Amino acid sequence: MSTNLPVIAQATSDDHQYLTFLLNGEMFAIAILNIKEIIEYGSLTEVPMMPGFIRGVINLRGSVVPVVDLSARFGRGKTEVSRRTCIVIIEVRGEDDAKQDIGVMVDSVSEVLEIPKSEIEPPPAFGARIRVDFIGGMGKVAGKFVIILNADKVLSVDELSMLGQAALPTAQAELAA
Amino acid sequence: MDEIQQAFVVEGRELLQMMEDNLLQMEGSGSDSETINAIFRAAHTIKGGAGVIECNFIVEFTHVLENVLDEMRAGVIVADRELIEVLLNSADQLGALLTCVENNSEPGDDVNLTSAALREKLQHYLGKPAAGHDVVLTEASVQASGGGEMETDNWHISLRFGPDVLRKGMDPASFLRYLMELGQIVNMTTLPDAMPDADEMDAESCYLGFEISYQSEADKAKIEGVFDFVSDDCVVHIWPPHSKLADFISSIETLPEDTMRLGEILILCGALTQHELDFALSAQADRVDDLSAQPKIGDLLVNQGVVTAEVVEAAAVKQGRVADKKSIESQLIRVQASKLDQLIDLVGEMVIASAGANMQARKSGETALVESTSVISMLVEQIRDSALQLRMVQIGETFTRFQRVVRDTSRELGKDIELLISGSEAELDKSVVEKLGDPLMHLVRNALDHGIESPEVRTANGKPARGTLRLNAYHESGGIAIEIIDDGAGMNREKILNKARERELISPNQVLTDSEIFGLIFEPGFSTADKITNISGRGVGLDVVKRNIAALRGSIEVESREGQGSTFRIRLPLTLAIIDGFLVGVGRASYVIPLGTVVECIELSEQDRADTLNRQYINLRGEVLPFVRLREQFAISESGGRRENIVVVQYAGQKIGLVVDELMGEFQTVIKPLGTIFKHIKGIGGSTILGSGEVALILDVQSLVALTTAQQNRM
Repeated sequence: MSTNLPVIAQATSDDHQYLTFLLNGEMFAIAILNIKEIIEYGSLTEVPMMPGFIRGVINLRGSVVPVVDLSARFGRGKTEVSRRTCIVIIEVRGEDDAKQDIGVMVDSVSEVLEIPKSEIEPPPAFGARIRVDFIGGMGKVAGKFVIILNADKVLSVDELSMLGQAALPTAQAELAA
Repeated sequence: MDEIQQAFVVEGRELLQMMEDNLLQMEGSGSDSETINAIFRAAHTIKGGAGVIECNFIVEFTHVLENVLDEMRAGVIVADRELIEVLLNSADQLGALLTCVENNSEPGDDVNLTSAALREKLQHYLGKPAAGHDVVLTEASVQASGGGEMETDNWHISLRFGPDVLRKGMDPASFLRYLMELGQIVNMTTLPDAMPDADEMDAESCYLGFEISYQSEADKAKIEGVFDFVSDDCVVHIWPPHSKLADFISSIETLPEDTMRLGEILILCGALTQHELDFALSAQADRVDDLSAQPKIGDLLVNQGVVTAEVVEAAAVKQGRVADKKSIESQLIRVQASKLDQLIDLVGEMVIASAGANMQARKSGETALVESTSVISMLVEQIRDSALQLRMVQIGETFTRFQRVVRDTSRELGKDIELLISGSEAELDKSVVEKLGDPLMHLVRNALDHGIESPEVRTANGKPARGTLRLNAYHESGGIAIEIIDDGAGMNREKILNKARERELISPNQVLTDSEIFGLIFEPGFSTADKITNISGRGVGLDVVKRNIAALRGSIEVESREGQGSTFRIRLPLTLAIIDGFLVGVGRASYVIPLGTVVECIELSEQDRADTLNRQYINLRGEVLPFVRLREQFAISESGGRRENIVVVQYAGQKIGLVVDELMGEFQTVIKPLGTIFKHIKGIGGSTILGSGEVALILDVQSLVALTTAQQNRM
């Protein structure tokens, strides 16, 4: 059921390895050090009264893990579920340094790439159409740019939970509409 | 902090608790030698432990404390209230010093100052012998009572060192040397019987035992004192001179050796001499040619009148029993809480996995497979129950902690209050106990401050001057109830009503039942205390208690009779890890409603469904029942089935309905927290994993009701 890519074995060496994946046809990358595993999308339980980018929770071998829809997080609309949709399980640090697993929903995962530091440009002030602090850098791969995400910012537990709180009246508004 | 230090701190805290309990007991019911000894041993062990981890500041401090306690033991110093106060403070100070060890830091200036001040106070006692030197020499020689007295005027000591003695840095020889300082060792037999074969022997373990004939002027307590340092690790039996036969028989019974020959046992415990045994043995050997008729050595000895039949019998019983002796040593094992949690998590997984396997088996339709999986799931459920049992702790420890609180607080308030504890053997989950401390503390302080009156007022009202506070616990229908009962002034119904009207918590004409009125005191900011003390009455309080209890999925209620006292009753589930749930379906999603809140389930009729398009209540047997449609509340888009059901839940005396599509029945489930991302979510209390592997959310009825109420009022 889970398609474990051999990323974990190599993850120990250095920070220059990135997992690339597609989101609405655009390529993104995340440093593989934080990635625990990649699983097929399936049997997700929606949690009501939460903002749209929190798709719900899944059962990951007995622990309940929240799943974030990255596309919705970037304000680009919900990810449609397809045959290749995956959930990338990422470990992030929350308040008081407690580790927490968060699943990220992506259209499809591509490959693990090595991007040397020299090939990484600082993020542009605007133009990527996502918040600048979400971007860790712009990696050059085969003459194209890949947006390297700053997982700690994108999946900041504090921010996600605060947005969840803010979403409560929204759910109410939807209801009234 | 390394392992030894950690072990020291943990043990130290336990010992301090014991010391405190004993000190309080001493204060309450006067001092007896057993209590003083227990306190001394606790201090002594702490000092020893501190020596091992080379923690000098504790050794220094405990040394003085130990000296005072030693004098108390000897009866030179008599414990009065003042001294007990100093000793209690010293125990607190030791606690503070242990914290330093825990934090791996040297004590700060203020801690050192307190240490010095306390040491000075203790020294003061050392310099001042008690006025009435009324020491009673307890160990006068045992009177001979008809025959049976043994011909020896020596003490007899049986000594068995535990295997860990050497590892703890103690040298058995040094104890013997110390023994020689107090008197003279007349005869000593070393018992190497416990020694295993050479290749199995661990050079760091001690296998030796000693039987000692001892001549000394010292009393028994003093001789016992020699072995204080190793009292946990060794078995010491001391018999005074001229002991009776019965004592020797009990001596034989308690000897730990496995393979002792009868004769040796008798010699070793001084019942006969080597010479006598040799004589008996040679008599036995004389008849060696007639093996079958060979008399037992015990019989021979009796026949020869060397020992009495009773003594031989006891030795023989001992010989036969030696084999199964080992199994009796039941012990406690200290386990790290996190390991236990991990185990319980895993067992929880197993329950879920086996439910999954069970479902698959039933789908396959193979009878044999279904049968074997159901056996497995039954076993797994048993494992889960016993795993949860491991986390259960008795509430007694939490209760006894309040002895000190009651003592200190009542003194501060100038009241005379006695704490009675009952039901301390009731068990509940460790995590619940931990979270219960604060609310309990609050209620106890409340009762002490506001509940129980001052002695003058009590006497004037014809009550005994000494007030009573009771802590009681008992199991009740799958949960536990904890009561805090005082025999104080009780609460004034009218006063609460007036206060509530003043604060506009209720409308002026509202008629309330007694329990509703007393329930008002749990409203935020509600305090009827006329004066504010530093103990309670600042209005931050009972609402917090109520919230804490609610967070533990419990409830609190209060009964009160003016002039006779109040009873606070807390009801809690036994564990937080497992919940009895009622599974319902809305659309494709499943939700769990805590079974404790469910009153009944009814089908929502066509008529009702048509009627309730624009309103959210139905007529339930003449009562107005407001309800929440989960489909709407949770914005579930899929259209529902043709039938709807209503689950009636009760919360805080209020009934409401939850409209769902499907009723799927009761089940017991392991609660999984939802994680910090969902910490602000309202209406959902957690999650659980169903047999299918899917996650189901657990409804938090209380906050769901609060949420809908707030939403409707905003419209």
